[in-house]
Amino acid sequence: MSQTQDITVTINGETIHATVPVRQNLADFLRNGQGLTGTHVGCEHGVCGACTLLMDDQTVRSCLTLAVQADGASITTIEGLGARPDTKALKAAFTNRNALQCGYCTPGMLASALEYIESGAPADRTAIREHLSGNYCRCTGYQSIVDAVCETIEGRQS
Amino acid sequence: MSGPLTDLDRPNSYIGRAVPRADAARLLEGRGRFVDDLQLPRMLHAAFLRSPYAHARVNGFDLEAARAVPGVHTILTGKDLEGVVEPYVGVLSHLAGLQSAPQMPMAVDVARWQGEPLVMVIAESRAIAEDALGLIEADLDPLDPVTDPEAALEPGAALIHDSLGSNLAWERTVDVGDVDAAFAADGVTTVERSFTFGRHTGVTLETRAAVAAFDPSTDQLTFWYSGQAPHMMQFIFAKHLGLMEEDVRVIAHDVGGSFGIKIHTYGDEVATAAAAKLLGRPIKFVADRLESFQTDIHARDHIVKGRMGLTADGKIAALEFDDITGIGPFSMYPRTSAIEANQVLNLTGAPYEIENYRARSRVVFQNKNLMCQYRAVGHPIAMAICDCLLEDAAREIGMDVAEVRRRNLMADDSYPRQSASGMKLADLSHQQSLEKLLEIMDYNGLRADQAQARKSGVYRGIGLVSMVEVTNPSPAFYGIGGAPIASQDGATVRLDAGGGLRISSSVTEQGQGTNGILAQIAADRFGIPIDRVRVTTGDTDTVPYGGGTWASRGAGIGGEAMLQAAVALRDQVLDVAAVMLQTEPSKLDIRDGAVTDLDGSERMTLSDLARTVYYRGNELPSDMKPELVATRHYRVTDFPFVFTNGAMAAQVEVDVETGMVKVLGFWAVEDCGRVINPMLVDEQVRGGVVQGIGGALYEECLYDEEGQLLNASMADYEVPMAAEMPDIVVAHVETPTRTSELGAKGAGEAGTGGAPAALMNAVNDALSPLGGRIHQMPMTPERILKALGTV
Ligand code: FES
Ligand code: FES
Repeated sequence: MSQTQDITVTINGETIHATVPVRQNLADFLRNGQGLTGTHVGCEHGVCGACTLLMDDQTVRSCLTLAVQADGASITTIEGLGARPDTKALKAAFTNRNALQCGYCTPGMLASALEYIESGAPADRTAIREHLSGNYCRCTGYQSIVDAVCETIEGRQS
Repeated sequence: MSGPLTDLDRPNSYIGRAVPRADAARLLEGRGRFVDDLQLPRMLHAAFLRSPYAHARVNGFDLEAARAVPGVHTILTGKDLEGVVEPYVGVLSHLAGLQSAPQMPMAVDVARWQGEPLVMVIAESRAIAEDALGLIEADLDPLDPVTDPEAALEPGAALIHDSLGSNLAWERTVDVGDVDAAFAADGVTTVERSFTFGRHTGVTLETRAAVAAFDPSTDQLTFWYSGQAPHMMQFIFAKHLGLMEEDVRVIAHDVGGSFGIKIHTYGDEVATAAAAKLLGRPIKFVADRLESFQTDIHARDHIVKGRMGLTADGKIAALEFDDITGIGPFSMYPRTSAIEANQVLNLTGAPYEIENYRARSRVVFQNKNLMCQYRAVGHPIAMAICDCLLEDAAREIGMDVAEVRRRNLMADDSYPRQSASGMKLADLSHQQSLEKLLEIMDYNGLRADQAQARKSGVYRGIGLVSMVEVTNPSPAFYGIGGAPIASQDGATVRLDAGGGLRISSSVTEQGQGTNGILAQIAADRFGIPIDRVRVTTGDTDTVPYGGGTWASRGAGIGGEAMLQAAVALRDQVLDVAAVMLQTEPSKLDIRDGAVTDLDGSERMTLSDLARTVYYRGNELPSDMKPELVATRHYRVTDFPFVFTNGAMAAQVEVDVETGMVKVLGFWAVEDCGRVINPMLVDEQVRGGVVQGIGGALYEECLYDEEGQLLNASMADYEVPMAAEMPDIVVAHVETPTRTSELGAKGAGEAGTGGAPAALMNAVNDALSPLGGRIHQMPMTPERILKALGTV
C-alpha cells in the first residue's frame, strides 16, 4: 500500500525530485504534493477531461497517469501554460467571450484547445468541437469556447 | 437621482454592456480557490461506507480491521452521531400535508437508498480512509425495495417509513372552471398522452466538497463548502450541531458548478462538520464521481397522463393532467422534495389563456436516491406537458404550431393578470417573443427545407415552446413555510481611502458572473471605473445577511440591493463633498472616480475626499458625521415571484435507421427584463439550453428493480459534449419588471426549462409522417426506434 518510488520530473520548467507512492496518480501528486491546484479532477476515470495537461507536449489525463510514469518527463500544467506562444491570445479570447463560467473545466479545456491551435489546424467549428469532445463543460454549452478557439486561430494567421 | 438606466453614453455606464468578468483572470491562471484546493494544518480526510442495498436493516459493523490501518484516526457510524446531530425533517408548512421522516446524516437502523452513508472513516489521507473502508464488515439484512412510484402507492406495498403509514409524501390538486364540460363540448378535439420524464442529475464538474474546522476554545465552526446559500447552511449547522448561529462561519469561494445540486443538506457534509466538532481537527470531504451519482440529488422522475382539448378554431378548451413523481426515501431538507410537483401544477399552461384546468400531483417515497430541486425546477415537465399536447393537438386539427400559439398566448397588453392556476403574472411578452423567434429562426424557410428533405427520405422536425420562468422569488417561496431561507438580500458598498469601492453581497457566485454584474451595477450607479471595484461574496462573516443564489434571483434581487446601496453611497459622498466644496449636493456629480460639477469638470478625486474623511477629520465641521459605507436590502413585494417568459425552437434530424437525433439548430428568445450584461445572459441561456438538451436526449440515472443505480460513472451516464451540440442563437425582448428600479428578472434557468419541450416537439414533428411519436425523456435512439415500431 505504501510502496514508494523516487522520481525526477520537470514541472513548468522546474526540476523536481520527489518520493511518491507508486499508486498515486499525477493529478494528486501535482495538487497535493506540489501545491499546483490549478489541475482539476472531475471524474478520476478518464472521461471528463478536467485533469488534462501537457506531458512532453502531448495532452494526457493526469488522473489516468501515475506519478511514477512522469519520471523523466516534462509536465506543463495550467500554471505553466503562459510560457507557450498562443496562450495569451487564447486566454484573452476566453475572457472576452466568457468561454468559462465556473472555471472548473478551464485548465483542461485550455490544454486541449492549445494542442489543437499549436497543431496548425484550421478554424473549423466542427473539427474544433470534435477535438474538444474529450473535455466536459457543464456551464457554457461549448459555443463560446469554440468561438474563442476560432478567434485565436484567426488572430494567429493574420 | 439615479438617472436613466439605458443611457450607455454616460461615463461609467456599465449596465447593459458586455463587460468581461474580472474573475476570469484567476480562473484562467489556475488560481481558483475551490474547496479541494484548501489545505489546513492537521487536516484529516473523510470517506464513507455506503449502503450497497436500496433497502436494508443495519445490524452493525465490524470495524476492527479498519481501525487497525495505520493512519486511520477515527471511525464513526450512524449511531455514533445520535445525540451529536439533531435529526432533520424536510417539510414546509405552506405545502399543507407534506410528510417526511426524521433523517440522520448516516443511516442508523435502516438504509433506504443505495449510496446512503453508513460509516465515516477519518484518516490522514483520503487514500488511507478508502483502504480502511474496504476492511469494514457490514452486517446488513436486505429488505424489499420499493422503487416504482406507482407500485409504492398500491395497497399492501412495503412501507419505506412505518411511522408515516403510507408512501405518499404529498398530494395537491387544482381544479379551475368546468373541465369535464369543456372536453365534452361539441367540436372539441382531444389528445391524450402519457409522458415519462426520467431521472437525471446535475453532474457539476466539481463534485460536492467541504472542509470543516472547529475551534473548541471558542465553540466556532468554520465550514468551507461548494455551495450556493451560506446563510442557510449557517442556520442548519447551528441548529443541528447545537451551536450559536453567530459561531458558524460558512464560506463558499469558487464553486465548480452548482445548478441547485449543491444547495441542499447532505448527510456527508453534516457528518463532516459533526466529526470536526467532535475531534477538534479540520476534516475534508470531497465526493468522488461515484458518490456524486449516488447521492447528489436527482431531478425530475415524473410519470404524467395528460390531455388537452382544442376547439376547431384552435383555442385551448381544457387542459388536464395527473402527475406522479418519485422523490426517494426522504423529502430533502430544508427545501423539500415537493416543490417541483408544486411548480408543475403552478406553471403548466401559464403562457396561455386557459379557463378550464385540472391537475393532480402525487409525491411518492421510494428506495432510490433523493430527488430535489435542480436547475429549472418543474419547468421542463410543465412546459412539455402543455406545449407537447398543444402541438400534437394542432397537428390533429391541421393547424400550424406557430398559429395555434398565436391563438392562445396571453396578449402582451393584458397584464397584470393571473394564470389558470392562480399565479400572478405581469410584464410578459409572449406574443412579441414568439414573433421574434419565428423571425430569427426563419420559420417559413425551415418549413420549406423540411418539406424538401422529406422528399428525399430525410426526417427533420421543428418544435417550439412558449414558456414562463419563475425568478426573483419573494418570501412566498420558502420563508412563509418556515424554512430558514432568506428571501431578501443585502449589499454593502464602501468607499476606501484609495478611492476604490469594496462591495459585498449576500448573493453568491457559481460561474454565472454574479460578482461581475454586481461590480457593473455598483460602478455604474456610483460613478467609478469598474476596475476600481472589488467584490466579496460567499462568506457569512463579512457579507450582509441574505439568501444566496438560487431560483434565478441573483441579478434581480441581489442586483437591486446593490443598485440601492450604490445610489445611497453616492448621495452620502455628495453630501460630504458639498460641505467640503461649499456647494449644494445637487450641483455635484460623481464621474470616473471623481466628484465633478454637473458639466463634468473635476472638483476632487474620491481618494482625496476619502483620505480627508478617514485621516484628517479635523478639516471637517465637527457636527458632520460622514458615512462612506452604505448597505441596502431588497425583497420582492406584491408578487410571489417575478415571472419571465421566453420562446424557443429546436430543429432536429432523426435518423430513422438508428434512432439518433441530431440537433441542427436551436433558437431562444428570452425576456428577462433589463439585461445587465448581454454576454453573460446569453451564455447563461446557452448553458441552460445545453443542460435541457442533455435531459431531453441523453441523461438518465438508470435503476434496476432492486434500486441499484446502473450507470454511476461518466463513462455510462451520457452528458452533452461539444461535438453533439449546435450553435444556439439567442435574442432578447426587454420588458423590465415593475417590482424594482433595476428592472432585472432572472434568466439562468430558461434554457433548461424550455429546451426539452421544444426538442420533444421537434422529434415528434420529424416522426409524424411515419406515424411514430414519443413522449419519454430522454429520447434515446432505442426509444425512438420503438416509437417507430422498428424494434
Ligand atoms: S478527472 Fe481525469 S478525466 Fe476526469
Ligand atoms: S465553466 Fe463550469 S464546467 Fe466549464
